[in-house]
Amino acid sequence: MTSIDNNGRLAGPTPAQLMRRRAFSHFGFLIGGGVLALIILAAIFAPLLTSQDPYAQDLSQRILRPFFMDGGSWDHPLGTDHLGRDYLARLLYGARISLIIGLVTALISGVIGTAMGVCAGYFGGRVDTVVMFLITVRLSMPVVLVALAVVALFGGSLFVVVSVLGLLLWDRFAVVMRSSTMQIRGLDYVTSAQALGCSTPRIIMTEIMPNVLNNLIVIVTLEMAHAIILEAALSFLGLGVQPPLPSWGLMISEGKDMLFFESWLITVPGIALFVLIFAINLLGDGIRDVTAPENRN
Amino acid sequence: MFRFFLKRLGLAALVAMTVSLISFSLLFLAGDPAVALAGEGATEIDIEAIRTRYGFDRPIPMQYLSWLGNALSGDFGESYYFKTPVVHLITEKLPVTMSLGLSAITFAILLAIPLGVAAAVRPNSLIDRFALFISVIGQAMPSFWFGLIMIVVFAVNLGWVPVSGSDSWRHFILPTIVLGYYATPAIMRLTRAGMLEVLRADYIRTARAKGLRPGKVLFKHALRNAVIPVVGLAAVQLGFMLGGSVIIESIFALNGAGFLAFESISRNDFPVVQALILVFSLIYVLLTLLADLLNAWLDPRIRVA
Repeated sequence: MTSIDNNGRLAGPTPAQLMRRRAFSHFGFLIGGGVLALIILAAIFAPLLTSQDPYAQDLSQRILRPFFMDGGSWDHPLGTDHLGRDYLARLLYGARISLIIGLVTALISGVIGTAMGVCAGYFGGRVDTVVMFLITVRLSMPVVLVALAVVALFGGSLFVVVSVLGLLLWDRFAVVMRSSTMQIRGLDYVTSAQALGCSTPRIIMTEIMPNVLNNLIVIVTLEMAHAIILEAALSFLGLGVQPPLPSWGLMISEGKDMLFFESWLITVPGIALFVLIFAINLLGDGIRDVTAPENRN
Repeated sequence: MFRFFLKRLGLAALVAMTVSLISFSLLFLAGDPAVALAGEGATEIDIEAIRTRYGFDRPIPMQYLSWLGNALSGDFGESYYFKTPVVHLITEKLPVTMSLGLSAITFAILLAIPLGVAAAVRPNSLIDRFALFISVIGQAMPSFWFGLIMIVVFAVNLGWVPVSGSDSWRHFILPTIVLGYYATPAIMRLTRAGMLEVLRADYIRTARAKGLRPGKVLFKHALRNAVIPVVGLAAVQLGFMLGGSVIIESIFALNGAGFLAFESISRNDFPVVQALILVFSLIYVLLTLLADLLNAWLDPRIRVA
């Protein structure tokens, strides 16, 4: 593959080209990324995919079955819920809530956790001791219980749910960023940047961050998935986002009352959740393999 | 060993103190607890009476210290809802949650270790792929949804187990499986990784070269060493499970501390919520402490650090 070009230099595939090649031959990366992209597009273009209003109630059209069951029709492809709202429309608009929760939570917790982890890893000593202590405290607090209590105190808006999850889920960012930073802190290029007299913020931003970015992206996907599951669980228990928002967790909670007769009411949003989380996890594993092939087991 | 023990004990105490501070502050984050407690339509005099009755008129640091002092002597105050001491409520419900947690972690270990060992002995075989499949599915399936599906299939359609409640051991079967399933992937992966590493070690080659039976090599020589980190992980997972029991117990209407926590949150019964957050954290802190000590005892290399 390596050849000599017209200028007499060795020409081979660049690292970026190699990475692209790995990406396009990685099954999980392609499937996960593809499905996630489809869900994001469906969420953005929800009004184009269905003409139904996810909030419009029609009590004469309650609990119509989806098309794949007896008595289903294509007027409401996935049927209607206990208030006669179109289930497909609620599912599509609900994807927006899950995606927003995942992205914003990962952003908040990512900033907090990365800042703590990189500082602990780079400075070591007392800073490290304090950060490790904070991580231990955070891990010993029961996430679901604290999140439920805070939402009960402040009310269940999207903003409160995102904030409380963002403030709780930074532990994995901190742990991973700390150990990644420790691994490269003593390497020659960091030492030489220090010898050149670069300022500490500059070293962290230009020498450390680009080299821990791969690990960071993998944790972002993991925590996105974690946040989406937690939001669904909180909403399911009635202490997450509130009706009439079409959160998938809420849809499962509302369908629960008809568990014995119309179990599709909980299977449909449940499968949607499963597919979304599965796609994000596949993509995350794929990114890890593609960016750092040496870490594969 | 004694120094290591003291150091870990000190850290555990400090963590517990910080958690108690956080769980206490939660109550004051959302505004005046007396107003919330009095409810709508309460007059200024009512609110003032509640403030004096529950001691909300004192400075907050004072309230924290007296709460902490009482908590240390086992007094978490009185439930706003039941008007009985919080300790009684917790000691009544905690055994249910503990038995659920213990049976779930047992289930997880019994499932995960054999699978992990089998996967490590034959990497990339059918059983390795099956193990991977189980853990990937587990990561993507919300626990509350899995619980509901299990109820539909095994309680409603097949009628093998009761739907909800906590009267007999049969009520614990489904919650145990659902809760235990979520601890399985982590334990299995750690067992697999540990076994893969140990099986490459010189002493395993020696044991095989001596002509020992493969089963003896595998279980007596390899597994014993590979399983050391699993002990710590299992303890941590048990701690996480107690937190997860809030969701599982609510679905199965299992009358334990997790369900009590959920109901108390819905009822604004803050003394119970505060106490439960603290109790769950303390159990987690104790479990990790125990795991560290057990690890240090099993693996002398750790004691030096």
